[in-house]
Amino acid sequence: MAKLVVNQKLVSSIQDMISLCPFGAMEEKNGELIINAACKMCRLCVKKGPKGAVEYVEEPRKIIDKDKWKGIAVYVDHIDGVMHPVTYELLGKAKELAAKINHPVYAVMMGSGITKQCHELLHYNVDKVFVYDHEKLARFIIESYTAAFEDFVGRIKPTAILVGATPVGRQLAPRLAARLQTGLTADCTVLDINENTDLVQIRPAFGGNIMAQILTPNHRPQMATVRYKVMDAPRRNQEELGKIVECTIAPEKLSTNVKVLDIIAKEKEQFIEASDVLVVAGRGVKKAEDLQMLKELADLLKGQLACTRPVMESGWLEAKRQVGLSGRTVRPKLMITCGVSGSVQFTAGMNHSEQIIAINKDENAPIFKTAHYGLVGDLYEIIPALINQIKERKGA
Amino acid sequence: MIIGFYTIDNLVSFLLQADKTYCFVTLFLSENWYYQFPAKWGVQNDAMIFQTRSRFITEKRKVKSMNILVCIKQVPESNKVEVDPVTGVLKRNGADSKMNPYDLYAIETALRIKEQEGGSICVLTMGPVQAEKVIREAFAMGADRGILISDRKFGGADVLATSYTISQGIKSAGDFDLILCGKQTTDGDTAQVGPEISEWLNIPCVSNVSRIVELDGNSIAVEMDMTDDIEITKIQFPCLLAVDKDIFMPRLPSYVKKQETKDREITVINFSNLKDQDEHHYGLNGSPTQVQRIFPPEVNAHREMWSGTAEKLTGQLFHKLQELKFI
Repeated sequence: MAKLVVNQKLVSSIQDMISLCPFGAMEEKNGELIINAACKMCRLCVKKGPKGAVEYVEEPRKIIDKDKWKGIAVYVDHIDGVMHPVTYELLGKAKELAAKINHPVYAVMMGSGITKQCHELLHYNVDKVFVYDHEKLARFIIESYTAAFEDFVGRIKPTAILVGATPVGRQLAPRLAARLQTGLTADCTVLDINENTDLVQIRPAFGGNIMAQILTPNHRPQMATVRYKVMDAPRRNQEELGKIVECTIAPEKLSTNVKVLDIIAKEKEQFIEASDVLVVAGRGVKKAEDLQMLKELADLLKGQLACTRPVMESGWLEAKRQVGLSGRTVRPKLMITCGVSGSVQFTAGMNHSEQIIAINKDENAPIFKTAHYGLVGDLYEIIPALINQIKERKGA
Repeated sequence: MIIGFYTIDNLVSFLLQADKTYCFVTLFLSENWYYQFPAKWGVQNDAMIFQTRSRFITEKRKVKSMNILVCIKQVPESNKVEVDPVTGVLKRNGADSKMNPYDLYAIETALRIKEQEGGSICVLTMGPVQAEKVIREAFAMGADRGILISDRKFGGADVLATSYTISQGIKSAGDFDLILCGKQTTDGDTAQVGPEISEWLNIPCVSNVSRIVELDGNSIAVEMDMTDDIEITKIQFPCLLAVDKDIFMPRLPSYVKKQETKDREITVINFSNLKDQDEHHYGLNGSPTQVQRIFPPEVNAHREMWSGTAEKLTGQLFHKLQELKFI
């Protein structure tokens, strides 16, 4: 049991202690310093307060045997055997992590009639692919999928599980983590592994304003979700390596009170995540009609038009075109931001882009800290001129 | 007239308005429909007999009064926090807080369901005493009841411990047909607490709910947004749904409701009210994940700044795009 104990005698100034806490969790009551329910156990008061004023008291925990857990497993995200590309990105990462601790890489796939499609995974350095093929697993249903996944974990005992932060992954991973009573870190941007098999998980917190490094030191398996386009996709091997392991599970374990009535493909639309080139409109764009000019540039560069949150909120573009933490995470080969100031919420959704070119009138705009090439100038002069040059060039 | 033989399971509310000889019979035909008619009743050979001459056997749609719980959270007004690069200390500007904006959609969904099906809406939050403010805001939108889970022992909880504490709080608060959550919070951004609560309560869960297709007393059919596809799913109550932004436009809090509810009591649940009294399951002690360190996001090292006339900049940009093979 860990807890914070206040030694009133060692508190030199109650007010100083109160202002030390970033969460307002300290207050004065009857002349004594008390800690209230806002406490997040960050222990700043222990580190920064007068020595001994607040003490962190811990009793030893039962330590788990980490050697019993081996392998890094990746959840295979797919619909009817069509893989979501995040799966390959995670397999690449898993291989890299597994090599450091000399563990195998596993893939776990659930579905119906997928015995053929699962062979594709063998082109990506997987040691074993565990396949649960059952008609009750044809569509994602949280209870049935969790049951199959739980079966896999119980059988194989992997030390870490990586799941793509897709609509399915973001439901399945937490459900499984609660069932296994283990830790889960959402939307990791960096993953590494220590010699003792502890997975080092780094994720943005407070809307990307700070980064947090998180460990799951005394629980196994360790679980993390990663968004699409955060990790690098590995190259596909020509030959198949590794093997397929067919798994069975008692059908009654897959029963559920949920029924999938239908699945409808959304109208095929261009997603900004899939585009290699993005032209992003920010608040520097004065009116909705001016977006036409940026659209034209995007078309000329065979890309898509995207925007920041204020532009989306004013209704000029749809929410699906918004880049940032509250929008989409993108990783294009080229991004040109036009009149974007570059809030952290925005940059957290695009800072992995390969080439970032920023145009902004304000030379102190934070976007220039992220951009590879910063142009201090007026987009209303630069963009039309650039469009003309590209057109001339194409005409020539 | 004999309309059939039914077991007692089919006959539910016959005692309503019953006297020695006559009563009203409610006969459930299916999940959604029932007959209701006046009848004469008696007992013959240990069986109850109902006789009716009524021509007014009316077919009605069953309306179940729904018990809805909405999980909400108080979040900081702004995410403007910085880490002191030297000391590694978190600096937080301003202590203003607000209701997590995504939760407004969950409350609105609950209100729409209540308007259609009847029932009551309870909102629940976990946090310090000040979090009462978001419950009051929910009251002003139309929620009926509020629960605050608050205890120092819950401090430092990660997703697992938070969801466990909330599920324990829900269990001590009563039975609910439907639990609604927002898509995610703006401070944690994980979108994981909802699905984990559903696991602790052992009920089905659907996230990314973008539309309610159909609703009856026993189940709800919803559209789940899967990026490329939409899955239409029918879930039996009790269940948990995490609704997407824009499922319904949230209403503004009403001043009249705010005045009406300003003295309404809020149930406070602390550690001693929970069934599981093992402190190892709550707060920092119940959290498998541990934040090792926090640090400011990295700044891109390579950067070039160009300035000058628009003409010069355009030329530079054009050549760079050529060099990078985009033109």
